Amino acid sequence: MSEPLIKTQDLRVEFPIGGGVFNRRVMTAVDGVSLEIPKGSFFGVVGESGSGKTTLGRALLNAVPIASGSAHYDDGELQLDLANMSPKELKAYRRRAQLIFQDPYAALSPRMTVRDIIAEPIEIMKLTKSRAETDDRVREIAAKCRLNLEHLRRFPHAFSGGQRQRISIARALACGPQFVVADEAVAALDVSIQADILNLLKSLQRDLGLTFMFISHDLSVVAHTCDHVAVMYRGKIVESAPTRELFANPRHAYTQKLLSAIPSLEIAD
Amino acid sequence: MSLLDVKNLTLQFKTDEGLITAVDDVSFSLNKGEVLGLVGESGSGKSVTAKALMKLNASNVVYGDNSQITLNVEGQAVDVMALRRPRDLRVVRGGAISMIFQEPMASFAPAISIGKQMVEQLLIHTDLSKAQAKELSIEMLDRVGITEPATRFNQYAFEMSGGMRQRAMIAMALSTKPKLLIADEPTTALDVTIQAQVIDLMKDLVAEFQMGIIFITHDLGVVAQTADKVAVMYLGRIMEQGPVRDVIRTPAHAYTRGLLNALPKLDDLDAPLMPIPGDIPSPLERPSGCVFHPRNPELRPGSRYEVERPPLTEVRPGHFAALFPEDVAGES
Ligand SMILES: Nc1ncnc2c1ncn2[C@@H]1O[C@H](COP(=O)(O)OP(=O)(O)OP(=O)(O)O)[C@@H](O)[C@H]1O
Ligand SMILES: Nc1ncnc2c1ncn2[C@@H]1O[C@H](COP(=O)(O)OP(=O)(O)OP(=O)(O)O)[C@@H](O)[C@H]1O
Ligand SMILES: [Mg+2]
Ligand SMILES: [Mg+2]
Repeated sequence: MSEPLIKTQDLRVEFPIGGGVFNRRVMTAVDGVSLEIPKGSFFGVVGESGSGKTTLGRALLNAVPIASGSAHYDDGELQLDLANMSPKELKAYRRRAQLIFQDPYAALSPRMTVRDIIAEPIEIMKLTKSRAETDDRVREIAAKCRLNLEHLRRFPHAFSGGQRQRISIARALACGPQFVVADEAVAALDVSIQADILNLLKSLQRDLGLTFMFISHDLSVVAHTCDHVAVMYRGKIVESAPTRELFANPRHAYTQKLLSAIPSLEIAD
Repeated sequence: MSLLDVKNLTLQFKTDEGLITAVDDVSFSLNKGEVLGLVGESGSGKSVTAKALMKLNASNVVYGDNSQITLNVEGQAVDVMALRRPRDLRVVRGGAISMIFQEPMASFAPAISIGKQMVEQLLIHTDLSKAQAKELSIEMLDRVGITEPATRFNQYAFEMSGGMRQRAMIAMALSTKPKLLIADEPTTALDVTIQAQVIDLMKDLVAEFQMGIIFITHDLGVVAQTADKVAVMYLGRIMEQGPVRDVIRTPAHAYTRGLLNALPKLDDLDAPLMPIPGDIPSPLERPSGCVFHPRNPELRPGSRYEVERPPLTEVRPGHFAALFPEDVAGES
């Protein structure tokens, strides 16, 4: 197995609950998670609603504060302590770690053309020297995500949901990230487009060596795409195994329950 | 008498780039206590069809002249298209019809607690007192599987996980006991165990109150488990329609077969994922003839489907597909 890109030790994330300033109570959303995400892997995270999957992903992207424990990033070139980053390190990390949203509708501004949507992160991070260079980069990424280049001047409403999801993937990839958190990135898509997008993400993993943290509640999708699956339950990782092993031999009661509840096409007479 | 009759619904949007046709001559009906599954790829017009029932589409919408939507409640036929004044529209917005929206985040006001929004909606649409409304809201949160419902009642939408938000919205929509429930992708953020619980709850309410449900989803497994009948849409047209068992076991249209084929299979993890080939065209470039013809692998070049629009032809009793009669005769 290759080196871990992300490594956490006893990671905790807490949220304050119940308004009061004086008797502050907290709820622990991520409760002592230790994991290693191998470089270049497609790492699945499944688990009950409210078990802390999104919060874990956001903590790894530095979008919520880490209460205790450690999280490290190491892509060979850059080593970071995610719980303690200087502004300069944070800037470097923003380039390398990206999020693909669940909802392509909400994620895309209706007043920007597709070209501008994909170019925005490149421009904000000043990754190119001229507009022409930005355009080249946008076209290259758009082609990789199999977007029609003639459509770059259009606004998002003229696209179907699947095309919009490809636009948001292109945007997430524009700054050349190493690590991508995909939070229910295909949940809202119909089965056909879902299959198409999953094939695309897998090819990016293969061809560009990207590492994915793939958060999903859909076990059949996870079974088909992930190399490794971690199961979360109440803030903790209760089971973690190579995909095949997990599906052949689920150990934790919650995993077993999940596997037995998948709705099938069989209809009782 | 059916609860809902939709006839010749046509719906377009005015945009800078021209007129977009989102729904093209769609008809269906729904009886009391019946669940209709509405499936189809992204952009096929499922959500805008549902929103038309409550006249909730964006202001750039243009309805076709022949479009007719009739809702039969308490012995009265409501002509939905003719409703104009806010107080008349209230009948279809949260009164007789409740809708669970596709984007849960957008359906809750961010600065008001979930509980307060649930109570307000009950005070508008029912005769309950404030205390009763609160009690019922907490009970509904409990029934959709939210633990510590009394605590969650006081939380804001952003404080909930994606799945909790979706369930809170389901609880809110069901609490007013509507005659017709429109559920737009209500379970996309839910894992299978909670999904099963929510589906059971909906079935209970159908049995208890004879509620009709329109269930929009891309998950054919969910449709198989919940719906009595199903309509398959593509680019604003109904491609196939009929009893759910019949349609899923013996799909007549290549589009329905393509959707079934694209489902990931759990018994063979090495099987490649099979999307329907080709891209969904932009709504500005609607194909001629059968809208699905450019992506239909079963058609030969020069086929009639490229230029002529096939009618909905009865394949088996109550089961219709957008096929020319000569392509139906051979099937058994
Ligand atoms: N306000 C609007 N202006 C212009 N076009 C619109 C508007 N609202 C919807 N559309 C278009 O109408 C078509 C149908 O959209 P709709 O949201 O009903 O699709 P859907 O079947 O619900 O898809 P999904 O599965 O992605 O939710 C799409 O092409 C969409 O872009
Ligand atoms: N900003 C916040 N403030 C307070 N509590 C929060 C906040 N964000 C998340 N939580 C709480 O943290 C817990 C974990 O939420 P999280 O969104 O990580 O769950 P999840 O596993 O992604 O669930 P789902 O599958 O439903 O999306 C939940 O109890 C949630 O209410
Ligand atoms: Mg989540
Ligand atoms: Mg929709």
